[in-house]
Amino acid sequence: MDFKLDKAHEMMRTLYRDFAQNEVKPLAQEIDETERFPRETVEKLQKYGMMSIDIPKEYGGQGCDSLSYVIALEEIAKVCGTTAVLLSAHTTLCCGPILKFGTEEQKQKYLVPLAKGEKLGAFALTEPNAGTDAAGQQTKAVLDGDEWVLNGSKIFITNGKEADIYIVFAMTDKSKGTKGGISAFIVEKGTPGFTFGTKEKKMGIRGSSTYELVFTDCRIPKDNLLGELGKGFKYAMMTLDGGRIGIAAQALGLAAGALESTIAYVKERKQFGRPLAKFQNTAFQLADMYTKVEAARLLVYKAAIAKDTQKVYSVEAAMAKLCAAETAMEVTTKAVQLYGGYGYIREYDVERMMRDAKITEIYEGTSEVQRMVISGSILR
Amino acid sequence: MKIVVCIKQVPNTNEVKLDPVKGTLIREGVPSILNPDDKAGLEAALQLKDQYGAEIHVITMGPPQADAVLREALAMGADKAYLVSGREFGGADTLATSTTIAAAVKKLAPFDLVITGRQAIDGDTAQVGPQISEHLGIANVSYAEEIKVEGEYVIVKRQYEDRHHIVKAKMPCLITALGEMNKPRYMTPGGINDAYKTEITVWGRPDIDVPDDELGLTGSPTRVVQSFPKSLKPAGVKVQLDTAESADYIVDKLKEKFVI
Repeated sequence: MDFKLDKAHEMMRTLYRDFAQNEVKPLAQEIDETERFPRETVEKLQKYGMMSIDIPKEYGGQGCDSLSYVIALEEIAKVCGTTAVLLSAHTTLCCGPILKFGTEEQKQKYLVPLAKGEKLGAFALTEPNAGTDAAGQQTKAVLDGDEWVLNGSKIFITNGKEADIYIVFAMTDKSKGTKGGISAFIVEKGTPGFTFGTKEKKMGIRGSSTYELVFTDCRIPKDNLLGELGKGFKYAMMTLDGGRIGIAAQALGLAAGALESTIAYVKERKQFGRPLAKFQNTAFQLADMYTKVEAARLLVYKAAIAKDTQKVYSVEAAMAKLCAAETAMEVTTKAVQLYGGYGYIREYDVERMMRDAKITEIYEGTSEVQRMVISGSILR
Repeated sequence: MKIVVCIKQVPNTNEVKLDPVKGTLIREGVPSILNPDDKAGLEAALQLKDQYGAEIHVITMGPPQADAVLREALAMGADKAYLVSGREFGGADTLATSTTIAAAVKKLAPFDLVITGRQAIDGDTAQVGPQISEHLGIANVSYAEEIKVEGEYVIVKRQYEDRHHIVKAKMPCLITALGEMNKPRYMTPGGINDAYKTEITVWGRPDIDVPDDELGLTGSPTRVVQSFPKSLKPAGVKVQLDTAESADYIVDKLKEKFVI
């Protein structure tokens, strides 16, 4: 067992850190304030191959392992939660299932431009009545000749209006429910009958484009069925195992970023004639925060390695996400407290980080769902 | 086109402190980086590659761990990397360094261009690049801000105090690059992955065709006696006086400083 990153991964961390500091951080506050999607950052991510870090080279990706990818999300989330989630939704939730379940033709047509960053991806599972209970899908797909006809709506979709290619789940046989009744489809933006509903106004990750997708007699080619008919629910759950590692990395980054900011702040800020860092309460709080961040990091990296080396990694992913998300919430909240009044002011990063952190306990499986997955594995 | 880029691993001087007693750099715990001027030189070479097509060979001289900067160069887009390493090369001043590197560059002949950084942030001599060109017997254009290729010539915009020179030089030649000439590209994740799978050619003492007494400490006629940090010059004073008054003013100031 070796807990040290090798030189290649260390170099990747340096790369992502430089990129995040120079290209992502300068926009973080503004895109949060104005709820603007950072299109220019997507173009830069594309230019340097960061839209497909763990996608094989043969499909236009970078051919790196999952650990390389989570380190990227971590470093980016240290400075901007929005940028991390748009990258995670694109890579893991959209490129991922096409790579894993798509036909060669679908990979060439959709995965290659996604991996090259020419197109942006999204994943549409959640519905008004099917959140944590994803099995309650009401969106329907009916085969009519050579086309599938989609009807229904999806909510809270990350990269909503900005994406070009969507993985959409729909009920193809209600009588079978999750056991063969749900299928996955690839839908392109601009398909007649596919429109956008309301844009969500969120507490955090406010630069990310979160929309409702509406399908009204939306006809897509028969060949756009992803994988096998009726296996959609299984594909969704498998995809979310990967997605959870991405969100865990985002949460880890938010926690680590807040910690870094706070360490710098308490050395500068003086009260009662000495820096805050000289007070034992501050020092002890930081010690706890640092320990929790490191524990979360180990679980996140372990889950990333498990994704590459194990057939099933649901429990590792669930533990990583549960721990990292709760660490993110705790550490960012403590960071705001240590900043005092300034921590409550939008000018300071920790205020945004605390708002961004909350969603990591909710999306891609709430902390309660992660506890179900973990407890299910030990109480069998 | 074949371009040889000479690079150096240096301590990040933003984080280096001086030992106040010995006058030497305290390097322990200081991260190493690719020297900024060299990185700009590499970027200039990569831009020439993008524009005209070129094969880029990077060379560094240093301890085994200096391979990190070679891998960084590969991850940015360089094609081949060479590490000149051996105890015999240690303790070299600029002359012994340039002699060694020039011998290594010769092994890659024929080449069209050699690019080095203007100077390294740990020594600030700006001597190694021009010295390499002397050893190789090729022209040297220093302080480059812009490089264009026209047939068998390079057109270099060269920084010179308060003006620029536009220099046309026939290839093969050597150019020393200024850090501010461009914004070096980032590595790519896949580039890093590949860089660590690429074998780096290591040249030791037997591979370098130079007499023993021209290498390392033995081949170094100069010694560092003391290092000191650059001190910032204070802002000057501007006075507007007529000629005679100006002369008096200057004389007074020089007397005040006991210069005259």
